[in-house]
Amino acid sequence: MFDAPDLSFTALAPLLFIFGAACVGVLVESFWPRDSRHPVQLAVALVGALGALVSTLLLAGRGEVTADGALAVDGAGLFLQATIAGLGALAILLFAERALDPARSAFVASVAVPAGSPRDRELLTSPQVQTEVYPLATFAIGGMMLFVTSNDLLVMFVALEVLSLPLYLISGMARRRRLLSQEAAVKYFLLGAFASAFFLYGLALVYGATGSVRLSDIRAASLAEGTDVLMLLGLALLIVGLLFKASVAPFHTWTPDVYEGAPTPVTAFMAACTKVAAFGAILRVLYVAFGAAEWTWRPLIYGVAIVSMVVGSVLALTQTDLKRMLAYSSIAHAGFLLTGVLGLGADGEGSGLAATMFYLLVYGLTTIGAFAVLTLVRDGDGEAGHLSQWAGLAARSPLVAAVMTLFLLALAGIPLTSGFTGKFAVFRAAVEEGAWPLVLVAVLASAVAAFFYLRVIVLMYFSAPAGGADGERGPTVGVPGLPTTVVLAITATATLALGIVPGSVLDLAEQAARFVG
Amino acid sequence: MSETLPADGLLGWSWLLIALPLAGAAVLLLGGRRTDRWGHLLGTATVAASFVLALLCTIQLAGQDGAPADVELFTFISTGELDVRAGLLFDPLSAVFALLITGVGSLIHVYSVGYMAHDPARRRFFAYLNLFVAAMLLLVLGNSFVALYVGWEGVGLASYLLIAFWYTRPAAATAAKKAFIMNRVGDVGLALAIFVMFAQLGTTSYAGVFGAVGTLAGGTVTALGLLLLLGACGKSGQFPLQAWLPDAMEGPTPVSALIHAATMVTAGVYLIARSAPIYDLTETARAVVLAIGALTLLIGAIAGCAYDDIKKVLAYSTVSQIGYMFLAVGLGPAGYVAGLAHLLAHGFFKAGLFLGAGSVMHAMNDQVDMRRFGGLWRKLPVTFVTFGLGYLALIGFPFLSGYFTKDAIIEAALDRDDVWGWVLGGVAVLGAGLTAFYMTRLMLMTFFGRARWEEGVHPHESPSVMTAPMVVLAIGSVGAGALLVSVFPLSGWLEPVFGEPEEAAHVVAPAVVGLVVTAVMLLGVLAAWLFVGRREVPVTAPVRVSPVTRAARHALYADAVNESLFMRPGQWLTRALVWVDNRGVDGAVNGLAATFGGSSSRLGRAQTGFVRSYALGILGGAVLVAGALLAVTAG
Repeated sequence: MFDAPDLSFTALAPLLFIFGAACVGVLVESFWPRDSRHPVQLAVALVGALGALVSTLLLAGRGEVTADGALAVDGAGLFLQATIAGLGALAILLFAERALDPARSAFVASVAVPAGSPRDRELLTSPQVQTEVYPLATFAIGGMMLFVTSNDLLVMFVALEVLSLPLYLISGMARRRRLLSQEAAVKYFLLGAFASAFFLYGLALVYGATGSVRLSDIRAASLAEGTDVLMLLGLALLIVGLLFKASVAPFHTWTPDVYEGAPTPVTAFMAACTKVAAFGAILRVLYVAFGAAEWTWRPLIYGVAIVSMVVGSVLALTQTDLKRMLAYSSIAHAGFLLTGVLGLGADGEGSGLAATMFYLLVYGLTTIGAFAVLTLVRDGDGEAGHLSQWAGLAARSPLVAAVMTLFLLALAGIPLTSGFTGKFAVFRAAVEEGAWPLVLVAVLASAVAAFFYLRVIVLMYFSAPAGGADGERGPTVGVPGLPTTVVLAITATATLALGIVPGSVLDLAEQAARFVG
Repeated sequence: MSETLPADGLLGWSWLLIALPLAGAAVLLLGGRRTDRWGHLLGTATVAASFVLALLCTIQLAGQDGAPADVELFTFISTGELDVRAGLLFDPLSAVFALLITGVGSLIHVYSVGYMAHDPARRRFFAYLNLFVAAMLLLVLGNSFVALYVGWEGVGLASYLLIAFWYTRPAAATAAKKAFIMNRVGDVGLALAIFVMFAQLGTTSYAGVFGAVGTLAGGTVTALGLLLLLGACGKSGQFPLQAWLPDAMEGPTPVSALIHAATMVTAGVYLIARSAPIYDLTETARAVVLAIGALTLLIGAIAGCAYDDIKKVLAYSTVSQIGYMFLAVGLGPAGYVAGLAHLLAHGFFKAGLFLGAGSVMHAMNDQVDMRRFGGLWRKLPVTFVTFGLGYLALIGFPFLSGYFTKDAIIEAALDRDDVWGWVLGGVAVLGAGLTAFYMTRLMLMTFFGRARWEEGVHPHESPSVMTAPMVVLAIGSVGAGALLVSVFPLSGWLEPVFGEPEEAAHVVAPAVVGLVVTAVMLLGVLAAWLFVGRREVPVTAPVRVSPVTRAARHALYADAVNESLFMRPGQWLTRALVWVDNRGVDGAVNGLAATFGGSSSRLGRAQTGFVRSYALGILGGAVLVAGALLAVTAG
């Protein structure tokens, strides 16, 4: 017979909240009349995400291992959970935008209708929406929040699947360019399954080597018996699975294709929240389970960080599609984040954890904002993502151009934006741990990256408007509805505020930077 | 410096002093034409509100015996050793400046309501003026050199915008550029000084720097003093960077009164007085300050004697008077209070004189050539009386404000009791004579003699919205000196900043100094009457003049010196650099860009779009990762 494990329901409140909301969403999908389902689903998802956010904030300061050792609700876990819940709420708001597109939503009316069929064309402007996206996204948020607090490789694997499967689905639900979207979903699914297999195999090998899947037991075993080949192979495969989710080069190949094909709100969601979740898990696995064997994996992460920064920055140079460009930029940012991961140091006492968490927060906010701006600029065929279509945008929409400029400057890490503060924090943490050659590379990569961010700004402000000369119409800038406006206001304010007065949030990250388990 | 208290009560709100005019500027600039109708009133109201607040803060400060209040605003970055905070320091010194800036600023805002009434861009004018007040208050209220620098650049920007306010006039646009570029030269000095502080002391806050400056090597302190002095010279129009200030008179006259006479150009004096703990440690830097002050006061006074443009004469007079202030603060502890007293008195009478000049120009269809004035005292009685009082105050007529404050500087110079004391005192006395000469010449040419007006000019007195501020400033010009020296002594008020005033043993009795200076002043007035007042003033300036006059008319060839020493070599350097840039740097940059672009496209080819090749890539990566981990253990 099983003994029921001891559960601290208080510590589990954020997870219960979000998963509860997801289950309610499924019920709503089954029983609520279709006509008025959209606002109800939106409300349920938002209540879930915001409730989870509030309950993490109320839990601040706790540090305990619960659910029979499967979950570690500690400062770092709570900070990352709050980040995921907050960013998730913003992404869900983007999902709900219905004013921009004549097609009424970024999401398809009915997934089951084959793309390009007569029925599909009929449904293009239908007000109907596949409202399952909301419970799916809520499940994904729940999976991510579980991912960053799991204290056990098996729970971590389950969380990985809970967060991934909904993402595969909603990636394929774009209303326009449906085939591209479905292709992206299939690619993401196949490669994601491949990467999950690596993670699972790594888990098995580590279990074989240490006899446990609990992170603390693994640490104890590596301390007691040292590291053997089996364990290192297991660690390698675990790292591969996690780096895939974090879209770190050379495991990044899915990123540009999926980011481009997925509906833009989903791209924003993936770029911000998945990154937070993946890095949360990377930090936990590397430092809680394998912190004692830091010398074995440090050179590897060092190298991977360099590859990711260089590949992301250099490849972004020649992109002509803004979504692809931001995808490569996210690969470069993954590299910058890894410099922060190295800033923890062998004993895990360095300032790298706080710096990385702060970076994740500011990067997530800026990225969601940047993708939200992308949804505004449209032509007859949906979003106008090609760079040439953004030429001269500032003349027509100074406000949109100014907000985009702010986000791009933040992504480039220019002072007085949050991006600078974040970069400064992770680079400083890495230098303190003696990784200055890595920081040197990172600064050079930032310089390369600044080129393609600034190119967009130059294009918006100093080029002749697109399509003006030869009589054809350039893209229009849509007037966003309330949800997108709220998202843009929050993200732009945060990007600026965290660049000018980051003190309190930096302090918060520093206080939260604790692992237990 | 006495113990700093955390700001409570009204002082905790002193950031509003800056925020109010800044908000005014923001509303006026962002509000667009909607604010045209009431924009000037808002601009004036914000500055007036700041003045009231400054007054209340000062009263509270007086209540706590002048103990400085530190207002913590926010922390920009505080991680480890790097600790950049923004905060304000409200102490007696900054209180004096805040009162001067907001007080004179309010009066000039009121005056501008009338002066700019017919200008279509009046809203923009008030927006810039508000921006200036906010930046200037930040300059004097900041609690660190970085905050000072932000304000310093802010007033530079506002000054540039306002000199070029009528930017369609080529002369105004050129003058603005000249002012901006010459200020840059000085600003480099200030920036370098801040870098040195940060590198050597790890802090830029006043408390931190002044607390630790004693630990620095003597050479470093001297370098700091000289770099700060370079910054001060640029902003205050001191030798060798004085040439921009007279040209800056192309801006509207209220701007000349507020920025280029009363407040901004005295920022250099503030900088040196604020950095007193640094200058106290370096005799060399102080000697340079003295030399520059003495030299500039003569240059300004000589050039002032020769110009016919009423605003340029006043501008050179400003250059010369700031020379007096530099001379005073260069004397060290003995002179700080004297210099600041002169600064305050000068703020009153020079602002009044400029407003009077503006009123004259207003009456004469914007004519500035004094040879075209004459006999105006009947037509402009209020302007004449207020301008006349300002004139008497400036030349140091007994018991008006210039008499007290200028004599104090001369006494302090003589009290050095060495050869240099006598030299500096002599220069200052000579300057007083020259001042009397050129100001009397200005008065005679403008208000007395035969009317030499151009056709169709019908002078009329300005509206009361313009004359009222002039009257207030005239009252200040008359009373400020006596007030600051005896009734409400500035030395006592500034004691928490500069320490207790020493009871100096006077080398020459103050009464004797007063008599000598008055005599020299009367000589200057007499000379002016002999050369100008007695004779008919020709409408065009005579061409055949003595070499001395010619040199004075060219402001002692300052522009020629600047051109041959800086501009031409600068142009050559630029050409050479452009050549190097085109041939060398561009080649390298383009090559680098091509390399990155090329590798980007080559790498991009790996992005085939096929899942199978992506999966292969991941597998390859996994093999590498596993290999790397095993290699580390094996190795």
